[in-house]
Amino acid sequence: MSTVVLREGAFGNATGLACRECGHTQELGPHYACPECFGPLEIAYDFPTLTRADIEAGPSNMWRYKALLPVPADIEASPNLEPGFTRLLKANNLGRQLGITTLWVKDDSTNPTHSFKDRVVACALSAAREFHSKVFACPSTGNLANAVAAAGARAGIKTVVFIPSNLEHGKQVNSAVYTDSLVAVDGNYDDVNKLASEIAGEEEGWAFVNVNVRPFYAEGSKTLGYEIAEQLGWRLPDQVVIPVASGSQLTKVDKAFTELIKLGLVEDKPYRIFGAQATGCSPVSQAFKNGHDVIRPVKPDTIAKSLAIGNPADGIYVLDICRRTGGAIEDVTDDEVREGVLLLARAEGIFTETAGGTSVAVLKKLVETGQLDPELETVVINTGMGLKTLEAISGQVGPAATIKPTYEAFVESGVS
Amino acid sequence: MSVSVRIPTILRTYTGGSSEVSAAGETLGAVLDDLEASFPGIRARVLDDTGALRRFVNVYVGNEDVRFLDGLATTTPAGAQVSIIPAVAGG
Repeated sequence: MSTVVLREGAFGNATGLACRECGHTQELGPHYACPECFGPLEIAYDFPTLTRADIEAGPSNMWRYKALLPVPADIEASPNLEPGFTRLLKANNLGRQLGITTLWVKDDSTNPTHSFKDRVVACALSAAREFHSKVFACPSTGNLANAVAAAGARAGIKTVVFIPSNLEHGKQVNSAVYTDSLVAVDGNYDDVNKLASEIAGEEEGWAFVNVNVRPFYAEGSKTLGYEIAEQLGWRLPDQVVIPVASGSQLTKVDKAFTELIKLGLVEDKPYRIFGAQATGCSPVSQAFKNGHDVIRPVKPDTIAKSLAIGNPADGIYVLDICRRTGGAIEDVTDDEVREGVLLLARAEGIFTETAGGTSVAVLKKLVETGQLDPELETVVINTGMGLKTLEAISGQVGPAATIKPTYEAFVESGVS
Repeated sequence: MSVSVRIPTILRTYTGGSSEVSAAGETLGAVLDDLEASFPGIRARVLDDTGALRRFVNVYVGNEDVRFLDGLATTTPAGAQVSIIPAVAGG
């Protein structure tokens, strides 16, 4: 993209872009890779003094944290999906079944398009607007495509979303309903991602949310961490379990916790972060278990399609964080993923998609293997909605009986 | 043995703004050497001090990530498309 003139305050308290690897800095712009080393660019800020009361006085959505995001002070005035501030539910039944004393579910399936992706897309949309982008686009495993298509419709910007052609039917419809430019690509997510990177390098004025505006986009996930802390009464949990696809969300929850400590909004205390993957696409978990500090890309083969990124961009940072905080990364089979979906649904009345099934199943496995302390306060993040991935479990649940409409038939059915 | 190499935005300062250039070589390593001869300095952006691919760059021969092939020893047949793409995208 060519140089654009930014309006005053276009990115709030953000001051520039800095390479996470080599520290090289540059001005804010639609850039994502360091020109020196190809490392990921991150947003640098000059945060003002901020109090809990300032935040609590904000709206009941993620913009209550706008001072900590690369968005303008008038962000609420521009049409967006107003995601975030989703419920944090005390999960007593699930906790009892898993033997965890204090367990919470952060339920991001209640966002406008039913996944955490609405948060990151809201930040990317603001960046696209400030950069005067003409197309709002993404490569996606499904949820992101839904969020981009819907947010673009509301903002009145053209959207083009790219997905692997084998994606679940529900996720395809949930994008196509908002946009006439859903493009199904013959290939897996990593193929789609490569294509998007190539298009982003050639087409002027395209904002690919998770490619050329990725530094802005990724910051949206910090709000998950801010909310968990605020909803716990301004304190950090002891343990958090987070699904890992690209690894961006996990790294940003960690960043949120460290920022809250630095800003004096929560007390400094240790916390452990755990990553969850499906065994059929578990490059980060395998590296963790093998003691490696590099990720070996894999070809995904799992029903947890929203986690099926074989070459995760932030994988090495996930390794760093889980090791630094004393957490772990674990993976579970597709059967365990299905069991995880049913476990959460029947214990807490929350219908999660396969990514959430992965997180719940990994939580169970972490307790069983002694990697997670069941006496410590634990939060598991549910990132998406089960209605989008009905195929995954529709063969396992259904009517317990099909009967004639008579009382006798009901009695004979044995259902009581 | 000429191949076509797709250059990412951040390396186009080396290629005079070109997004696609020709290079010769029977392996990816040889192609990068040839690129270096034409556009001095470009190889050190793609390879680290030890001569290995930088971890935040993906290189493809055709549509396949060379990490799934033979890395820098991956053969590059005449007419092949080589793509150099930043790895920090997606998710």
